[in-house]
Amino acid sequence: MTIDWTSFTPWSALTGGVIIGIAAAMLALLNGRVAGISGIVGGLLRPSFPDFTWRVAFVAGLLVAPILYATVATLPPIIVESGYPVLVIAGLLVGVGTRYGAGCTSGHGVCGLSRFSLRSVVATVVFMIAGFATVYVVRHVIGT
Amino acid sequence: MLAASAFFAGLVFGIGLIVSRMVSPAKVLGFLDLAGRWDPSLAFVMVGAIAIGVVAFGWARKRSVTLLGTPMLLPQAGAVDGRLVGGGALFGVGWGLAGFCPGPAVVALGAGQPKALVFVVAMLAGMLLFEFTERMRARAKAPVPIQTAQPSRDARC
Repeated sequence: MTIDWTSFTPWSALTGGVIIGIAAAMLALLNGRVAGISGIVGGLLRPSFPDFTWRVAFVAGLLVAPILYATVATLPPIIVESGYPVLVIAGLLVGVGTRYGAGCTSGHGVCGLSRFSLRSVVATVVFMIAGFATVYVVRHVIGT
Repeated sequence: MLAASAFFAGLVFGIGLIVSRMVSPAKVLGFLDLAGRWDPSLAFVMVGAIAIGVVAFGWARKRSVTLLGTPMLLPQAGAVDGRLVGGGALFGVGWGLAGFCPGPAVVALGAGQPKALVFVVAMLAGMLLFEFTERMRARAKAPVPIQTAQPSRDARC
């Protein structure tokens, strides 16, 4: 293993993480909800539209964040290397997987681990291993 | 009031994803590429977020109502099952393919990144597919004898 020291950004990562933690704290203490993005978005697609208003409001906040950020600072580059077919397959897998697995990096990874939830610990270990394995296959088995 | 607090929570969450640079799939893939030139930044994001989260959820757990006086609706502890593990594995493969998970994809969409739009539309289609198979499964389970199709086990991962 070689660490990529030129890309490694520990301070902005830690600062951003703390801000994400504050956002999760706000949603838990003010709305009584877990900040799981896949669950919040997925709930908008249910036939009965449960709690439509706060879900739409949260997603609107996510969408407005880069616009507001860009008014005071320069947005960091958003680099997407994947082509469109890969993005479609990846999107489908993330959509189906997060709903069956009842969470993603935010719901299980941040909120679930903070709550010491066994389900979230298991889910986080599983999707991390699957992510590591996929990148290994794509970059070092197929890519070479 | 609940809509306003949810909007600000989403806004702060999005800003956290931008500051941490996790909004860029290349950054996330740098973390997932253990065998290449590894960028450990994502682990630091998790540490920062969980440090605050442990305190916040510890406090929330002791309360039956929120600070706004509404009911606390945090999930109850459940059992680990095949759906959790299978779903987590599918999500991990999709995450590793493009480097997008739901939060950063929505924020990148707000930033006007066209590839994020394609990913988010596909993700919504995947979520709708889940809703559809769940409904099929519920219908197959219901004691209505009109159904001619065999109950499929495909709905389970």
